[in-house]
Amino acid sequence: MSDALDHPSELGRDGLTANAPISTGSEWTFELIGKYDVEIAKCAAEFGLDTYPNQVEVISAEQMMDAYSSVGMPVGYNHWSFGKQFLSTSKGYERGQMGLAYEIVINSDPCIAYLMEENTLPMQALVIAHACYGHNSFFKGNYLFRTWTDASAIIDYLVFARNYVSECEERHGVDAVEAILDSCHALMNYGVDRYKRPAPISAVKEQERQEEREDYLQRRVNDLWRTIPKLDEDEDPIKRKKRYPEEPQENLLYFIEKNAPLLETWQREIVRIVRKLAQYFYPQRQTQVMNEGWATFWHYTLLNRMYEKGLVTDGFMLEFLQSHTAVVYQPPFNSPWYSGINPYTLGFSIFIDLRRICETPTDEDREWFPDIAGTDWVKSLHFAMANFKDESFIQQFLSPKVMRDLKLFAVEDDDLEDSYKVTAIHNEPGYRELREKLARQYNLSYREPNIQVWNVDVRGDRSLMLRHVPVDRVPLGKDTEEVLRHAHRLWGFDVHLESVDEGLLIEEYTCPHQPENS
Amino acid sequence: MGMTHIVDRRLNGKNKSAVNRERFLRRYRHHIKKAVSDAVHQRSITDIERGERVSIPTRDIDEPTFHHGQGGHREMVHPGNRDYVTGDRLPKPEGANGQGQGQGQASPDGEGMDEFAFQITQEEFLNFLFDDLELPNLVRKKLKDTETFNYVRSGFSTHGVPAKLDVVRSLRGAHARRLGLGGARKKKIRELEAQLAELRTAPAELDAAFSHEDQIKVLEDEIARLKANVKRIPFIDEIDLRYRQHLRQPKPATSAVMFCLMDVSGSMTQMHKDTAKRFFILLYLFLKKNYKKIDVVFIRHHTSAKEVDEEEFFYSRETGGTIVSSALKLMHKIIESRYSPAEWNIYAAQASDGDNWNDDSPVCGKLLTDSILPLVQYFAYVEITPQDHQMLWYEYERVQERFPESFAQQQIADPNEIYPVFRQLFERKTA
Repeated sequence: MSDALDHPSELGRDGLTANAPISTGSEWTFELIGKYDVEIAKCAAEFGLDTYPNQVEVISAEQMMDAYSSVGMPVGYNHWSFGKQFLSTSKGYERGQMGLAYEIVINSDPCIAYLMEENTLPMQALVIAHACYGHNSFFKGNYLFRTWTDASAIIDYLVFARNYVSECEERHGVDAVEAILDSCHALMNYGVDRYKRPAPISAVKEQERQEEREDYLQRRVNDLWRTIPKLDEDEDPIKRKKRYPEEPQENLLYFIEKNAPLLETWQREIVRIVRKLAQYFYPQRQTQVMNEGWATFWHYTLLNRMYEKGLVTDGFMLEFLQSHTAVVYQPPFNSPWYSGINPYTLGFSIFIDLRRICETPTDEDREWFPDIAGTDWVKSLHFAMANFKDESFIQQFLSPKVMRDLKLFAVEDDDLEDSYKVTAIHNEPGYRELREKLARQYNLSYREPNIQVWNVDVRGDRSLMLRHVPVDRVPLGKDTEEVLRHAHRLWGFDVHLESVDEGLLIEEYTCPHQPENS
Repeated sequence: MGMTHIVDRRLNGKNKSAVNRERFLRRYRHHIKKAVSDAVHQRSITDIERGERVSIPTRDIDEPTFHHGQGGHREMVHPGNRDYVTGDRLPKPEGANGQGQGQGQASPDGEGMDEFAFQITQEEFLNFLFDDLELPNLVRKKLKDTETFNYVRSGFSTHGVPAKLDVVRSLRGAHARRLGLGGARKKKIRELEAQLAELRTAPAELDAAFSHEDQIKVLEDEIARLKANVKRIPFIDEIDLRYRQHLRQPKPATSAVMFCLMDVSGSMTQMHKDTAKRFFILLYLFLKKNYKKIDVVFIRHHTSAKEVDEEEFFYSRETGGTIVSSALKLMHKIIESRYSPAEWNIYAAQASDGDNWNDDSPVCGKLLTDSILPLVQYFAYVEITPQDHQMLWYEYERVQERFPESFAQQQIADPNEIYPVFRQLFERKTA
């Protein structure tokens, strides 16, 4: 690795550093990857990127498909849905539709990133810069990841989960386990604590406490259901009005794990595993724009820095810029390829513009970003990366220039009107409104229906009542009945779901099929 | 620096997803089975060397989640505005599906998004096709107490029949033995002869006690004794003999012959023949899965039977009456001349519309029971007719009573019954 240091003295493109290109061909070797990594790491250090140690794994295309289909978990329990994912990935790959493979990076310590053997050397360097220094520093720096995930423990936990699930399959049969997993997956997005910090994941503790918890869980559930209804109590209107849980619960899977009357212990454990994984992925779902934007910004910045230092050739840069451009391409809304806002584009544009605001602020920037304009860009970008999630990040940092560049506009769709209405465009009166609307679009609780546990009929038929509070009169989608069937499978008794808008019952769903457990 | 660890994982297993893929196929086996049986209808009899594309309606494999439906009031931000200004109104398209929901409305390659399509391999194809089916249990038995053997060389032995004597080996052994036994003596003889020659040429000793005569005599005696000894070593001995040794290895019968018997008399229409063809295809595929080598013999008959090639079998037209026994007789003849039951697993499928010359049916029954069924693994008869049975069917019913293991018959009224009927014929018998 030390030979990367002694380059012949020759002035680099920045006129200061003296370097020769690390390599000129496009074939990669392990030695070259090592050299590039060392140089990229040096550049990253210049900008103060703080990362977990990296583990770069060179894999084949087939292995990449495996990695794709396990939704970013290097080890996972077996489930048909991952097989479905695999089939569609391999189909896409065979048709040449599969895009660049630099999205797979695992939030773990060390941070695992995959290089595909088919890629050229510039692509490998791009992936290293993007994943090993971009994403990696995001995982380590962003407050959501710091608060909600424990990078050092995730791999062990995944192994634990996998073993537990396969043990259950042996003991209770693949079908029974699959059924529980299906139901948990249906409610997975409702298996997270949005506000409360969860206990850190730990495979060892999980195992240690497992038996203990088995007893405890069952006892708790029994306590809840032990109460034999007494007539006079039931008649008391005040008692009857007291709900259980007293406050609505947002974490449906947690509530089910702790309270579902008929679940067996192993089933509770599986609910718990899915819930823990949902929690682990929760920050990723909330920071897609930032995370991809940050990683894209850094591969762009780091590789340009390499070029300035004379470490890479013009040919390298051309190949790199070509794929970079493809990644940040945003088709306009009326294009056949349009499928919403490209998170890479949006995030990258915001970060690039933030740097510009710091380095060469205009009057507009000084007015909009008085605290940032003209400051040290490295510090300001790190601040933006560390302390926000997509919603607040956009709200805070989307500049008028980016809105103009992307030509953003907001369209209102009201089912009471017979036409769409353009409510804001990229002009002076529209900027703030546009920014607010775009930010809200990335608020998970706006993207997903707000559904909470409302009540359990503890003294009656043990039915579970969920409550949906619609936002802007948007109703529930067509899967609702199906999801309720899954909820019903876990709960074991009737499950009701009410849509209540400002105290008005809008819609009611019930899953009243004969009780069946497992 | 040095914090990065680069690992080559390419040699690690690549089939991490195999289990999950298998789980997926398992879960959707009903869909896949249907796709597979549809595919069978469209394939030709030899076209089995490939997998199959299977499509499943996306809604069947959806993983449901709570999500927003259409309606209500919502706003979306989009990029690429060219000429809209605030307050513009745009007409809603007919049957608008919300708006700006992105994915799910069109796919770039024009393939419908409501189908989830994937490829299964040939092996999976056959497995799904013959899931729960089994060759009638006879075959298993056949494979176990197989009747043919292979003799393989396995070195040499000291015992054996003269026919297996290995001359070279035996003589080589004899030579070695002769060297072993005679070598030392011959050396000794050479030495003694040398001494003798020396003594004879040496000048005579004066002292009679050291007379050369005596010494020569002693040497000559010794040499004569040794030579006699050497001469007694046999040129070849019992223990030199080597025989080639062979071991008998049981040879599982891995080849099968399939007889396709079909009535081509005037009453058989092309529709009947197509139905029969599909049935034969199924049988062929099924055998192919179990045997390495399969011969197919096509016998068609009206009043007389003839062995033909596939093309002629299915597509040439004939008219006239029907004598089924002619085909059975020909089949029996072919078995005797070409397919010894010791080496071949014999299967037969007969397709007919049930028409037969009434006096012939008892002959058929007798032929089957007496000469054919004892030789074959399985004989399946399908009657392709929506009408009532005739004499032949009832005759065969009696055959079936006597040979429930190796004879079966079913009726097919409609092409889409082929597969179920095939399944019935080959259903795995629960022990």
